[in-house]
Amino acid sequence: MSEKTLVNEEQHFEEMIAEESICTTDNLVYEKPDTLLDTPMHYCPGCGHGVAHRLIAEVIDELGIQEDTIGVAPVGCSVFAYNYLNIDMTEAAHGRASAVATAIKRVLPDKYVFSYQGDGDLAAIGTAETIHTCNRGENLLIIFINNGIYGMTGGQMAPTTLPGMKSTTSPFGRDVATMGNPLKITELVAQLPGVYYCTRTAVNNAGNVRRAKKAIQKGFEYQKLNKGLSFVEIVSNCPSNWKMTPLASNKWMEENMFAFYPLGDLKVPNDKEK
Amino acid sequence: MAKVKGDIVIDIEKCKGCELCIAACPQDSLELSRKLNSKGYQYMVKIEDNCTGCTNCALVCPEGIIKVYRQTTKKKEPVATISNLTGDITVTVNS
Amino acid sequence: MSEMKLMKGNEALAEAAIRAGCDAYFGYPITPQSEVLEYLANYAHRTGMVVLQAESEVASINMVYGAAGTGRKIMTSSSSPGMSLMMEGVSYIACAELPCLLVNVVRGGPGLGTIQPSQGDYFQAVKGGGHGDYKLIVLAPSTVQEMVDFVRDGFDLAFKYKNPVMILTDGALGQMMEKVDLFPQMDRKTEFESWATVGKPKTRERNVITSLNIQADEMEKTNIHLQAKYKLIEENEIKYEEYMCDDAEILLVGFGLVARICKKAAQLAREKGIKVGVFRPISLFPFPTAKINELAGKVKGILDVEMNAGQMVEDVRLAVNGKIPVEFHGRMGGVVPSPEEILHKLEEKFVGEIA
Repeated sequence: MSEKTLVNEEQHFEEMIAEESICTTDNLVYEKPDTLLDTPMHYCPGCGHGVAHRLIAEVIDELGIQEDTIGVAPVGCSVFAYNYLNIDMTEAAHGRASAVATAIKRVLPDKYVFSYQGDGDLAAIGTAETIHTCNRGENLLIIFINNGIYGMTGGQMAPTTLPGMKSTTSPFGRDVATMGNPLKITELVAQLPGVYYCTRTAVNNAGNVRRAKKAIQKGFEYQKLNKGLSFVEIVSNCPSNWKMTPLASNKWMEENMFAFYPLGDLKVPNDKEK
Repeated sequence: MAKVKGDIVIDIEKCKGCELCIAACPQDSLELSRKLNSKGYQYMVKIEDNCTGCTNCALVCPEGIIKVYRQTTKKKEPVATISNLTGDITVTVNS
Repeated sequence: MSEMKLMKGNEALAEAAIRAGCDAYFGYPITPQSEVLEYLANYAHRTGMVVLQAESEVASINMVYGAAGTGRKIMTSSSSPGMSLMMEGVSYIACAELPCLLVNVVRGGPGLGTIQPSQGDYFQAVKGGGHGDYKLIVLAPSTVQEMVDFVRDGFDLAFKYKNPVMILTDGALGQMMEKVDLFPQMDRKTEFESWATVGKPKTRERNVITSLNIQADEMEKTNIHLQAKYKLIEENEIKYEEYMCDDAEILLVGFGLVARICKKAAQLAREKGIKVGVFRPISLFPFPTAKINELAGKVKGILDVEMNAGQMVEDVRLAVNGKIPVEFHGRMGGVVPSPEEILHKLEEKFVGEIA
């Protein structure tokens, strides 16, 4: 076989592959949003934070508001959220993200501002800031990731840890008689007049991911209306600290967390108001 | 309904093998690799050629590393081409 | 245009904030500084600056952190217990290198203490207060006029060095009325620093404001950078006042309100033929160490007077470095020393030696 023939055959083979592959720009139906950076995330395998970050980035890209959005990261596992989102961001002290977000929004009222907070940050150390930010009806979006545990510090009991649920500081299970009850902060803030939109979602399956994205999108869109605060809870998992595989943690979440923290809207704007 | 052909591309170096996409795939197209990536994780591989490009795997992927492609049933053809721009313009409708 | 008025210290300071083009104030009521928030609530609409009464001092300081990150002129004020609550946030602000103005109208402590004037927060202001190695630029006014001028100067320093600036005053200065010359209204900022988190245009990389550096060697670099900045501040921004120091044989050293009482004590001493001068550090950080050391070569002794148990005296002794005796007189818990008792203390400690 001459060299020339070989080259032609290889060329032919490549062309054949190219023809068969449907992976072309025309056929692309889903890829990560541009605002989500390529930096590999530090989260444990199967952690819901990654999906939540991506959804924020998708909404920012789809609304075309990357230049006008400022995010506030909390202290907790998502302390490094600013490493993954290609927007201006501020990293707040533990529990104070909503106060930080309040101030940014007050001095930049035309920008989109959101805080991203975990359950320890938002519902324990930052309870006062959360409630007062909601009650003042600041025109911003709070995204609340509730996985019922302190992930970053290694699995201690959170304000949202379920009764009987084990953690490193409730090793025999949360005893509500001595450790108190889990705090349904989302139900609590939904009562406040400053809160315009309040919903509880999850990112455990494709359907819930779509619903969570829609909720985040509404949270950004409502900022334009200056009607008040949007509060989006995402019930999530913590495979590492729940000591389960990602799939098992999702199943446990569906059976236990969703029973205590039922998914759905807690407060939706009046249609006429919209 | 015409059969939809889909495909996915996974950035296997960033995959942490959490398997959420396996559970999300209605076609059971995905499986964990036997090999490890450079981070030491087993990663996702497509083992069946029955992908419909439904995007479920990409939606649940915490790493955002799955690109989904779907072949449209009808190949996109230009409805018109414009030629001879220096002189008279000729328009040909192909449909 | 400038304007002459008779004003209460806290209100004059608030007026100065408006005139300095301050963009936002976040605060929480606490005696003896609540007039700042009250005054701003009444008059800030003149410039449209944001005034927000927060749910706590903790929220206030974190609001300052968030807003300062947008590159605006941001301030808060409080008094001792409230300032203690703010200290975590102050540490974050210092590490993230955000310009802002903090005002502590000090009252007697510790604990809930009293609402009367004190200087018991010198250590907190100058030596840290919050966690980690950081410094505030600390200015100590001794008149209502300086309460006004230091607002403008404080913002300038804050932006010059990307560092929080604290005005360390006390309940007496906050509450007393004096004649003040108010500087003319300045424009609010319209151009913002390249580091500000205002929304990322396509033309630049994203801005991130954080004090987190999980890698030890990186965090050390952050610290080295901060220390270099503090050294630069020490080289350039020392402020002090000398009063009858030229021929003085004994020096009274005091800051803020106490320096005024020391001046009266020096006058009384000179009437009795004792050559006493007064040295007043105005910038508490950077501290006028070299100047005090120089003066220590000219006088026979120093009496440091403070409204606390002896805080700045440590820095004075470090500056004097054993050259001459440094004695201390302090009143605590909201009590203000009189010129007579200072003179008495001075005579008790030094006059025998001189004679």
